[in-house]
Amino acid sequence: MMSDSPHAVEIRKISKFFGGFQALKSVSLTVDHGERIVICGPSGSGKSTLIRCVNRLEEHEEGEIIVDGVALTSNLSHIEEVRREVGMVFQQFNLFPHLTVLENCTLAPIWVRRVPKAEATSRAMALLERVKIPDQANKYPGQLSGGQQQRVAIARALAMNPKIMLFDEPTSALDPEMIAEVLDVMVELATDGMTMLVVTHEMGFARKVADRVVFMDAGEIVEAAPPEEFFANPKSERTKLFLSQILGH
Amino acid sequence: MIVASVVVLLVATAQENIAKQRIATGFGFFDDEANFAIIQTLIPYSETSSYARALLVGLLNTLLVAALGIALASVIGFTVGIARLSPNWLVARLAAIYVETLRNVPLLLQLFFWYFAVLRALPRPAASLSIGDAVFLNNRGLFVPALSFDGMAWLAPIVLVMMVLASRVVSTRTRAGTRWLDRWPRAGLIAFGVVSAAGILAFTVRAEVPALTGFSFQGGVRVIPELMALVIGLSTYTAAFIAEIVRAGIQGVAKGQHEAAQSLGLSRWQTLRLVVMPQALRIIVPPLTSQYLNLTKNSSLGTAIAYPDLVHVFAGTALNQTGQAVEILTVTMVIYLTLSLLTAAAMNWYNSRLRLQER
Ligand SMILES: Nc1ncnc2c1ncn2[C@@H]1O[C@H](COP(=O)(O)OP(=O)(O)OP(=O)(O)O)[C@@H](O)[C@H]1O
Ligand SMILES: [Mg+2]
Repeated sequence: MMSDSPHAVEIRKISKFFGGFQALKSVSLTVDHGERIVICGPSGSGKSTLIRCVNRLEEHEEGEIIVDGVALTSNLSHIEEVRREVGMVFQQFNLFPHLTVLENCTLAPIWVRRVPKAEATSRAMALLERVKIPDQANKYPGQLSGGQQQRVAIARALAMNPKIMLFDEPTSALDPEMIAEVLDVMVELATDGMTMLVVTHEMGFARKVADRVVFMDAGEIVEAAPPEEFFANPKSERTKLFLSQILGH
Repeated sequence: MIVASVVVLLVATAQENIAKQRIATGFGFFDDEANFAIIQTLIPYSETSSYARALLVGLLNTLLVAALGIALASVIGFTVGIARLSPNWLVARLAAIYVETLRNVPLLLQLFFWYFAVLRALPRPAASLSIGDAVFLNNRGLFVPALSFDGMAWLAPIVLVMMVLASRVVSTRTRAGTRWLDRWPRAGLIAFGVVSAAGILAFTVRAEVPALTGFSFQGGVRVIPELMALVIGLSTYTAAFIAEIVRAGIQGVAKGQHEAAQSLGLSRWQTLRLVVMPQALRIIVPPLTSQYLNLTKNSSLGTAIAYPDLVHVFAGTALNQTGQAVEILTVTMVIYLTLSLLTAAAMNWYNSRLRLQER
């Protein structure tokens, strides 16, 4: 599980521009192996942009990102080799609608890792067991509830045996009664020692599993601290305001 | 009311004309001798064959052009459509130029270009362009070797299939073994199958190479320039429209699908093939069907370069000789209608299989 590189992810002073708009302003963050980071902040603060830079769905313009020892640069010829070590779960699930739940989970192992089909299938079934929906294996994503789809999406990412998992607001598109079933799976994953970067506003989850909570605003990391400290003694005014808004009701 | 009386008037006039010219009505002429030659016949045909036979020859020639044209147009169209979305600026630009040029020049003009400016402008047979002295291209057409199979040639595919099946059995039996052991027996069996099939074919297949005798070539298969011009013209033209359909189809797939595939480590090509294209096809197939139908109907423009298709042979020569316009045009239209309906039915069936399962 542990690799030679000292940190799972090292982000050093990265900046990201969309046209003239600067979405990330010299952001730095180091994530250790096995560390669980929760990222929160107001809408448009750059949370998604930051974690999407980690698997290069967005390309940063300045600074450097080192993922498991590999620097993400534009002359990196095989970004796929980094991406298969970094799983990602999206707010909108993004399951492949033309494939069954099981096929969603075996596609990448078969084509990217060259795992024999039988082996990929039994591994996928074990993961579907773990996210508690083995009985849906042969259905299509469109036939599942939102909570079930998101759990399939987690299983699909885990099927690649990633070293790092990225979550971008995994429960924001879900009805309230389905949020718990997805969070339960994530808590279990955290307990098993997965390195996780989670963008979420579920502060209960942050309290329970996060090693550090990172607060972003206007393209900057304003504050980063262990949850006890973060919630009890927020240092910046912006953090206090945000917390009062999100916890106030 | 007015429309009805105009129709009645027209029919009356037509009947009067027919009576005046002493043209027989009905389909009796089908059995008469056609008395004309056709430059490309896929089935035995001579000047003493019947009009019905000529109709069949023309229909088969139309089907040949349509099938070749649809296959080639699909290959070019999908390639150009995908190329238009290439991250490589030059590739994308070239694909865009292809589309804009070909779809904005009248098809008839393009057919004339291929026929008169390219294929008929090629050297005489004596000065043919040739590949390895086996394939020859000149102003009389394309001459390729004809293959003839000896009695035992059927053994080749059988040996190959047997070895492939055997390799499957071996691979399931040795599943527990290491990777190395797992792979080599399979590869060995398949390689053995390929080599022995090739060996059998080497002894049983003879290629009859075309040879220049006098002013033309003898032996081999001749592809007439009219067919080549029509297939090239129709397929490159239709491909421009297919490329746009393919591009729109790919762009119609949600961006999140690309991102999900890429975040799993799939390459650009795998993402396209395994995730995007299967979904894009749902958007692509209905308009693609219209393009296939257009191509089939447009093949009748081959008449202008004297390709002996259904229209040229039947609604052209046969009509001129018999004068039975109503019968011949009705039959021809019914045939085109049937072809279109069959194509559309096949494509609809294919599209229904692509439909997504939802609650
Ligand atoms: N592709 C893009 N083109 C232009 N601007 C973009 C693009 N993606 C993001 N932005 C802008 O960058 C800023 C940061 O966006 P980002 O999606 O990272 O915010 P976020 O913190 O994830 O917000 P939310 O909570 O709404 O998801 C926003 O102002 C957004 O409008
Ligand atoms: Mg976001």
